[in-house]
Amino acid sequence: MTSPTPSASEPVISLTGLTRRFRTKVALDNVSLDVTRGQVFGLVGANGAGKTTLIKHLLGLYAPAQGSVRVFGLDPIAEPASVLGRIGFLSEDRDLPPWMRVEELVRYTAAFYPKWDPAYAAHLQEEFQLDSRARIRHLSRGELAKAGLLLALAHRPELLVLDEPSSGLDPLVRREVLEAIVRTVADEGRTVFFSSHLLDEIERVSDQIAMMAHGRIVLRGGLADLLEAHHRLTLRFDQPVTQPPRLAGALSIRGSGMEWTAVCNGALAELEAAATRLGARVVAEETATLEEIFLARVGRVGSTPQPTEG
Amino acid sequence: MQLHLSPGDGLPIYRQIVNQVKYLLAAGRLGPGEELPPIRTLADQLLINPNTVARAYLELERAGLVTKRQGAGTYVSETRSTLKRTERLRLLAERADALLAEARHLEIELGDVLELIRERSKTMQTQEAK
Repeated sequence: MTSPTPSASEPVISLTGLTRRFRTKVALDNVSLDVTRGQVFGLVGANGAGKTTLIKHLLGLYAPAQGSVRVFGLDPIAEPASVLGRIGFLSEDRDLPPWMRVEELVRYTAAFYPKWDPAYAAHLQEEFQLDSRARIRHLSRGELAKAGLLLALAHRPELLVLDEPSSGLDPLVRREVLEAIVRTVADEGRTVFFSSHLLDEIERVSDQIAMMAHGRIVLRGGLADLLEAHHRLTLRFDQPVTQPPRLAGALSIRGSGMEWTAVCNGALAELEAAATRLGARVVAEETATLEEIFLARVGRVGSTPQPTEG
Repeated sequence: MQLHLSPGDGLPIYRQIVNQVKYLLAAGRLGPGEELPPIRTLADQLLINPNTVARAYLELERAGLVTKRQGAGTYVSETRSTLKRTERLRLLAERADALLAEARHLEIELGDVLELIRERSKTMQTQEAK
């Protein structure tokens, strides 16, 4: 860690009680999270969950209505130059000037960054097979993403922020995006914050995740820890059960008749004891997948209250 | 070292790596003193976070299966007691649990399962003898 600031323990990103409304709609509701140096932080959520709004606060494009935003310990609204100069950003809509040629765009962007690395930019351009003379408006979706990625990476930012980086891309380009993330963190412990609705890529590269729904963080923590703390239990009853059984610790339960499968959070022994109390046997137990956890957690928000033991 | 990851499987990726390295050790496809791929190489190859690889290697090191040499990579431990009996049994227990769960689903009694295992073992032995 050669960079003078922030120190290893100080979070690179720190959100506290961030709240934002658009007219009557709550876009962010009391969002708090910390991202420490060297982490890959994955923000998971469906479209409209508030991911892009959150990211725009990191970049100082929105001022927090309530709560605070700190990036490298600084307020991105008060000190945009100090913050943005250290962030590489790829926006979801890849808003690049359509009339420019690739080489012009590279030169133009380089001027904003004192730490721009021309050799690295040239290397990326070759690797991404981007034609210098091509106009932005003529680039394919994948090329556009790669051009955006080049601009985000070539100044070797301390923090890489990617908003839905693989959205609408074919598997080959998605792979290049993931490679860029992997290499960025491998490179002297830089930090990556990215949003995605693709759970597969979240699971591949994140250390820490936060799940968002309706502007709220519904779950966050270390990815491996979260996976290990959630189980999928299949219960079998002696008699058909008509109503979903109320298993303590279950986040969601589905099934019919004598067999019901629950996605649960908690100690296995307690879950098994709760199943016994309901008069059921546990016939299968596995760690829940990220997708199951996501559906169970997000399904809970604003819908039915958590089932409790009857 | 050939690993196959399945994200979306529910098992954290670091754990998938740990388990597969253990199998490779048990199967003799990784020998004592052999070097594991450097963290960054494996992360690049598998397209996963290097921190995840580091966590898997740390876990293997704690289990005494591999040793980190200062600034020179990670190697399979020299001592042949690499996989302790308890550890090997634990690995097998996961498979046994799956088998038993399946047997319960199919309503096969424990006695019949044990009988089946003996039978299969005999079949395998005769096949290997050929």
